[in-house]
Amino acid sequence: MGGSGSRLSKELLAEYQVRGTPGPRELACGPLLGSRVRELAAGRPRPPQRSANPRSGFAFQDLTFLTKQEILLAHRRFCELLPQEQRSVESSLRAQVPFEQILSLPELKANPFKERICRVFSTSPAKDSLSFEDFLDLLSVFSDTATPDIKSHYAFRIFDFDDDGTLNREDLSRLVNCLTGEGEDTRLSASEMKQLIDNILEESDIDRDGTINLSEFQHVISRSPDFASSFKIVL
Amino acid sequence: MAQPLAFILDVPETPGDQGQDPSPYDESEVHDSFQQLIQEQSQCAAQEGLELQQREREVTGSSQQTLWRPEGTQSTATLRILASMPSRTIGRSRGAIISQYYNRTVQLRRRSSRPLLGNFVRSARPSLRLYDLELDPMAREEEEKQSLLVKELQSLAVAQRDHMLRGMPLSLAEKRSLREKSRTPRGKWRGQPGSGGVCSCCGRLRYACVLALHSLGLALLSALQALTPWRYALKRIGGQFGSSVLSYFLFLKTLLAFNALLLLLLVAFIMGPQVAFPPALPGPAPVCTGLELLTGAGCFTHTVMYYGHYSNATLNQPCGSPLDGSQCTPRVGGLPYNMPLAYLSTVGVSFFITCITLVYSMAHAFGESYRVGSTSGIHAITVFCSWDYKVTQKRASRLQQDNIRTRLKELLAEWQLRHSPRSVCGRLRQAAVLGLVWLLCLGTALGCAMAVHVFSEFMIQSPEAAGQEAALLVLPLVVGLLNLGAPYLCRVLAALEPHDSPVLEVYVAICRNLILKLAILGTLCYHWLGRRVGVLQGQCWEDFVGQELYRFLVMDFVLMLLDTLFGELVWRIISEKKLKRRRKPEFDIARNVLELIYGQTLTWLGVLFSPLLPAVQIIKLLLVFYVKKTSLLANCQAPCRPWLASHMSTVFLTLLCFPAFLGAAVFLCYAVWQVKPSSTCGPFRTLDTMYEAGRVWVRHLEAAGPRVSWLPWVHRYLVENTFFVFLVSALLLAVIYLNIQVVRGQRKVICLLKEQISNEGEDKIFLINKLHSIYERKEREERSRVGTTEEAAAPPALLTDEQDA
Repeated sequence: MGGSGSRLSKELLAEYQVRGTPGPRELACGPLLGSRVRELAAGRPRPPQRSANPRSGFAFQDLTFLTKQEILLAHRRFCELLPQEQRSVESSLRAQVPFEQILSLPELKANPFKERICRVFSTSPAKDSLSFEDFLDLLSVFSDTATPDIKSHYAFRIFDFDDDGTLNREDLSRLVNCLTGEGEDTRLSASEMKQLIDNILEESDIDRDGTINLSEFQHVISRSPDFASSFKIVL
Repeated sequence: MAQPLAFILDVPETPGDQGQDPSPYDESEVHDSFQQLIQEQSQCAAQEGLELQQREREVTGSSQQTLWRPEGTQSTATLRILASMPSRTIGRSRGAIISQYYNRTVQLRRRSSRPLLGNFVRSARPSLRLYDLELDPMAREEEEKQSLLVKELQSLAVAQRDHMLRGMPLSLAEKRSLREKSRTPRGKWRGQPGSGGVCSCCGRLRYACVLALHSLGLALLSALQALTPWRYALKRIGGQFGSSVLSYFLFLKTLLAFNALLLLLLVAFIMGPQVAFPPALPGPAPVCTGLELLTGAGCFTHTVMYYGHYSNATLNQPCGSPLDGSQCTPRVGGLPYNMPLAYLSTVGVSFFITCITLVYSMAHAFGESYRVGSTSGIHAITVFCSWDYKVTQKRASRLQQDNIRTRLKELLAEWQLRHSPRSVCGRLRQAAVLGLVWLLCLGTALGCAMAVHVFSEFMIQSPEAAGQEAALLVLPLVVGLLNLGAPYLCRVLAALEPHDSPVLEVYVAICRNLILKLAILGTLCYHWLGRRVGVLQGQCWEDFVGQELYRFLVMDFVLMLLDTLFGELVWRIISEKKLKRRRKPEFDIARNVLELIYGQTLTWLGVLFSPLLPAVQIIKLLLVFYVKKTSLLANCQAPCRPWLASHMSTVFLTLLCFPAFLGAAVFLCYAVWQVKPSSTCGPFRTLDTMYEAGRVWVRHLEAAGPRVSWLPWVHRYLVENTFFVFLVSALLLAVIYLNIQVVRGQRKVICLLKEQISNEGEDKIFLINKLHSIYERKEREERSRVGTTEEAAAPPALLTDEQDA
């Protein structure tokens, strides 16, 4: 994990990290910590005895589904993608890693949806790079503990190739091509593809408007217990 | 649609109708206006509608599936309206997500009273506000929604709010800003008195401690990561072979946990006390030769490994008298440790805990993997859910693509087959083949059981064989070979029969394999409890049974090693070198898991007779893990059949619970209640049955005085009396029945809701068609009076495509 210089600060960690349902004690100290956040937001220096409160970690409650270990590991892996001079904590948090480098991660390399995944999670205006927070977001959605709801939401956005908010026949055929391989000899024949897409629409397009929207998609996903276990990327 | 789109929509002006929210109260009005509208539009709209439908039939050719499709047949204007419908924006835009979560939060807050559609704040429904007249509506819209959401979040409890925030599909920065906004106002008016800043000195000290602990904790955490058992190995297996093979190793891990739990209890309450108070050995310890590792006999016989070594005394009493003639009064300081009772109750309690854990995990797995109505929609599920994101290897990824392609083609072929059913003759032939193969497989199982029976009788009758240690290994060897060979035979037979679905094929193979193993184990149980007890009069038959189970376990392991070596390694080399095939042998998950279940059954059967058997099983499982992992990575490839990992793990857990655990429990109950324990060894040597130990103890308690008189009472009325058992089983049945009814009700509700949704869809299509026809008519009129003033037209509405930038 290197020296202490390359470690994330405690607050940041606690902020990203997932916790179980807080007990009554934590609930009780919520308001106090709220004021703490305000101070931070206002940029005021905080008195040491406030931070001395060991419960101050709860000020930043869980924004991701990751555990502390996973966040540390993610940060290390992210820093490995950065050039040497950007590896300090502050600059690594601000840095943007272009897609080519993210796609070279072994966890994503073999995935036919890798470009889509990166695009969906990127928050940069040009949608061509990922920051550390985007990377954490990605790992959070693909983690063990993420809810099936959020997993299916992002799966929908990954499969929605033209970003129009609904899966139409074009999206479905691109999806099937990704699943079977893009090559001429590997993809399904045109008639098979048409039959398959007709069947999919018949099964899942409940309101019969010719496309599959998010709730219809989630309806299908909810019937497949294997989805949550296969929609996972372990770092 | 990367850029925001804007276009002008002409809405026919109907004064008094604008800007009104449809609410349930003025439904009749709406109805009336619809009526009027329909009457007005009936002529031309009907024509246009017909035209539209015809055109669409020409385009699609199959209009039953999709009544109406937007692509191609509608103008761009209608398409844009469609694109901004809420059901479509929710999948892509941030504003829609926020408003959806606002609605959810509202529902969470007033769980009991779900608000009516008419009661919603307008901006909670993004679509209605899209047609706003303002210049920059989107930004304001979003801000408004956000502030509403923040307000709702503030009114939630902290735990709920955090849960909500975490589950929102927004980026981290947005979530953080939402959270900070929703926290701010509360701190002001609900400060916590006397918790911070009271004692600064104390605080500083604590701060230093916390910092030190934090850095220590971070260092420990990264060390812990390395210690998480098999994390890297499991990741590698998952990355190379996908979830299906991974499920085998996860099952193995579950079994390890069960055995560890069992062992912990047995060591703590049986072995520990016995080791602490060792009895006098009957003679000098025999010399170990090394063969004992295989047979479990010899120098292992008089150790804590087997039942016979345990004493029947009350352990920490100085006089150590036998159980029923105890003249010693218990000392005031120490509780007497009654070994027979401890033995019986520890085994009982550990079985009970295992049972509860098994049933719980089974129920949980069922809840996860079998949802109401999960049988339909196989094409959609295959396409949406079959990609395994864990896979990290290029080769494995290509293999997965091949498998999915094969699966899709099979599904399509199956679908076409279903629509053109087979002839009667073909179906008859199929049924005949199926029946024949089943008969052959059942015959094989029966034959195996007979062979085991005959052979064990032979072993009992030939006294000269009993003298040699190596002869003891023959029966386990024969059983192991049958166990190994018969499934292969069944697989060859299964290749003959035609199966419609590959999943069914897997289930059938599992079923046959299971029947075979059950038949063999049943025969063996009869052999031990029915025959051996009678034959071994005067000796310690419990020790013998324990040793037999140990031998079976060891022989099972040895044969598994050989099978891995020859079935996987040698076969791979032959097929690569001689047959020049590119494919490696497949890893047969079902057979391997059934072997694990078989081994676990043996362990459970032997717990009473050899309390250390779980330890042997743990060692065996650890070795199996590494052997299988190495062999898998070197020799095998993932199965090309589709494998429903979570269904299968549920099935395997059920098999582990139902025939395996239940069978072992019945076996042990029979041994405890019905069979007379041998009179020369073990904790129950003076009793008629093992269960007597409990009764004797209760009699003691009755004699001890009135202080503990409730215990005998409990015993008499709850354990001895059958009424209680009936009551419990009746309750259980009632609960099961209620659950079945609830599921049936849910299914009905789902059907109704589906019907309602498709009705709404039809309404939507109808309305859009109407809108379209009006729009087209307007356009036509406009074209006809080109050049005239357009001031009379309705004010233009700006429609922007919402975009998640």
